[in-house]
Amino acid sequence: MEDDNKLWIKRIYEKCSGCRRCEIACSLHHEGKIWPEASRVRVFMFVPGVEIPHLCFQCNDYPCVETCPEEALSVDDHTGAVITDKSKCTACGICINACPGRVPHLHPQDDYIVICDLCGGEPKCTVSCQEGKWDTLILLESQDVETEKVSAKTPKKLAYETARKILGEKTTEEVYEW
Amino acid sequence: MVNGYAGKFLEIDLTNKKIEKITFSDKILQDYIGGRGLGVKILWDRLGNMWETIDPLGPENILLMLTGPFTGYFLGARICVTGKSPQGNGIIGSTVAGEFGVELKCAGYDGIIFTGKAEKPSYVFICGDNIEIKDASHIWGKTSRESLRYLIQNSINDIKKIHPNYGEFKEPSVLYIGPAGENKSRVAAVEAKYAHAAGYGGYGGVMGSKNLKAVVVKGFGPLPDVIDQNKMLELSQEFSDNCFRIEFFRRWGTGSGGYTFGADSSSEPVKNWQEEWHNEKSYRGEEFDKLWVKKYWGDYGCPVTCLKLGVLRDGKYAGAICDNPDYELEAFLGTNLGIFSPEQNIYLSYIIEELGFCGIQGGAILGFTGELFQRGILSKEDLGGINLEWGNVDAFAELARKIAFREGIGDILAEGIYRAALKLEEMKKTEVLKYAIHLKGMAIGAHGLKSGKDMVTRTSIGYSVSVQAGDHTSSASLPIDGDGSELYSILSDSGVYCNFTTFTLAFDQIASFYQAVTGWELPTERWFSEKGLRILQLQRTVSLLGGPDAEWRSKQDDTLPSRFWEPLPSGPYKGKSIDKNTFEKLKSEYYTAVGWNDEGVPTSEILQKLDLKDVELKLKKEGLL
Repeated sequence: MEDDNKLWIKRIYEKCSGCRRCEIACSLHHEGKIWPEASRVRVFMFVPGVEIPHLCFQCNDYPCVETCPEEALSVDDHTGAVITDKSKCTACGICINACPGRVPHLHPQDDYIVICDLCGGEPKCTVSCQEGKWDTLILLESQDVETEKVSAKTPKKLAYETARKILGEKTTEEVYEW
Repeated sequence: MVNGYAGKFLEIDLTNKKIEKITFSDKILQDYIGGRGLGVKILWDRLGNMWETIDPLGPENILLMLTGPFTGYFLGARICVTGKSPQGNGIIGSTVAGEFGVELKCAGYDGIIFTGKAEKPSYVFICGDNIEIKDASHIWGKTSRESLRYLIQNSINDIKKIHPNYGEFKEPSVLYIGPAGENKSRVAAVEAKYAHAAGYGGYGGVMGSKNLKAVVVKGFGPLPDVIDQNKMLELSQEFSDNCFRIEFFRRWGTGSGGYTFGADSSSEPVKNWQEEWHNEKSYRGEEFDKLWVKKYWGDYGCPVTCLKLGVLRDGKYAGAICDNPDYELEAFLGTNLGIFSPEQNIYLSYIIEELGFCGIQGGAILGFTGELFQRGILSKEDLGGINLEWGNVDAFAELARKIAFREGIGDILAEGIYRAALKLEEMKKTEVLKYAIHLKGMAIGAHGLKSGKDMVTRTSIGYSVSVQAGDHTSSASLPIDGDGSELYSILSDSGVYCNFTTFTLAFDQIASFYQAVTGWELPTERWFSEKGLRILQLQRTVSLLGGPDAEWRSKQDDTLPSRFWEPLPSGPYKGKSIDKNTFEKLKSEYYTAVGWNDEGVPTSEILQKLDLKDVELKLKKEGLL
């Protein structure tokens, strides 16, 4: 698969309103319910005002897929998204630790890992974000400079970096440690 | 299984550390919905027959945190905090936006009922079936920011122990108090996030009286099932589209009001309501905009995101974080103190939150004290060396700190404007009460009545006959089923939903949403002539019963603060005043419309019709009927 064909959800963390309508759209699509923890995009808020929509970064080398001992994870040829085969996943959690952003997480009710599948090519989260003109999650249909693996970070690290941008260095040290 | 509800409530006896799960019948949920309505029902059933003896700050009071069937599904999630109010001695349904209600429902609960008093500073941790009363001694006395930081980080570790292999999970939600609440101030708020508070009512002080620093909740489940999800989503989309179209409100929130309510409508409190007009261009929305680092900030499910994140990144007050500030804080922590600088207003709003005050009630006590200083009733010496001149933001910040920790004069002022005024009258042997701009123990929202141009409170009786007194989000008007009716506020606070996402919606649309969630019908007629009206009568009754330190009678208290009867002293509407005859006529019409007698007491006829015979008996027993 050519990287150029990858879909990519660009995120501008400083702009996230914290409305979490992306979570609602995602969980309705995947679970048929409003379910914040089951959403494949989750908005973390360790510091109020610093909201971090967190979802798969689609690393160039897909360490989660590489390390899965059950071959339960694969890469979708068309979108570049990581696809979980629920029947093979044993919820061992190896992929969580392999992921530089600690993106995969257990389904809150059943024993398998959930990862953003880009809704098969038509992500619902970006639609809900654009609808409100918040411009935090933006669907790109070509490779972006940020698709480099370097953008893959944990919610805590992203919260820290974003807090420094929004609140300034001194205040961030005061309100947040990670 | 009831749709739209988790189906159980937590009852936590803090004295005996006993935790139970309880339920309410479908009939009670259908009649009282949730939030404010259900809170009123629970409080009446448990405390009604001895209402006047219950000390709101005693262990016998009950503190409620209740969601409603709209919470989580409707645009913009809120939760209602209530109990017997230490301000008005009745019941105030005080709601706050944020994710707490959603987390609570996802954890499996519709609400929490707190009774008794913990023996030492505590917080309650809830993660599904894991519920613990934990030690809060090490954060008791800490400001809001520090408390919240500790509670989130510590609770994440606790949740990790429960779900060790889950991977990363979203942080829990927290309702908490600052020092003002801990020290049982009657003007303390129950806080959420930053810059979010259930302010009206004084329930921060109630939490403090129970030694309850915070409630932390994390839910891993879905929101409860609804009866007709497709219909619900279709309505959600329609209502969201309405909100997206109100560009002005999305752009400015209420943050342009700090200028316009003063300059245009002459209804903004200036220097403790001595004036209601100003034309300070330094206070325009555009000037606040320069300090907004996030122009859309919102809470769970909100299409409007009317909040803005105001942050001071440099200068003397660097580090202050605040919402817009919203209009009420622009007024009560700005113009009403003679402050017309957005930077200083953000700073003071931040300080007030750090200390755990309601911006309105806490701001009002600062303005009240400012006027007593202006008039020489309180000296610099009385204030512990503070030179409380109008516009002196550092002086007001220092006074707020004294009030939060009850230092010196702060001990009196922590009781709120009404009670502080009574005490100061005694001490100073001079008239003070007339400078306390209150109704039934509560400061009034920042919407003056004299110009007749304010867009929030449209009628002169709006506050006077409201069952939540000065609460600008629950003002009353006629007709009883009209747009400005208090029964709409009762529905939104019971639902529990945000009235900033429902501006353009008719009752039928809201009722359709309710039906799509719960499967229960809510015909307009039944709300306005029965269900909503029943909640209103209960709230009116407990306000009349009051006690133990204050009670309110219609003749003297369904009125306006004396200053509100004086003509406007300045601005384009200079000279305008409220006509007392019209006011009395409207009041009388209102009494008739809601079934109250000439004394403003619910009549036997209406109480029997609403199946409230126990209320009738109680009112008769107390000689009110």
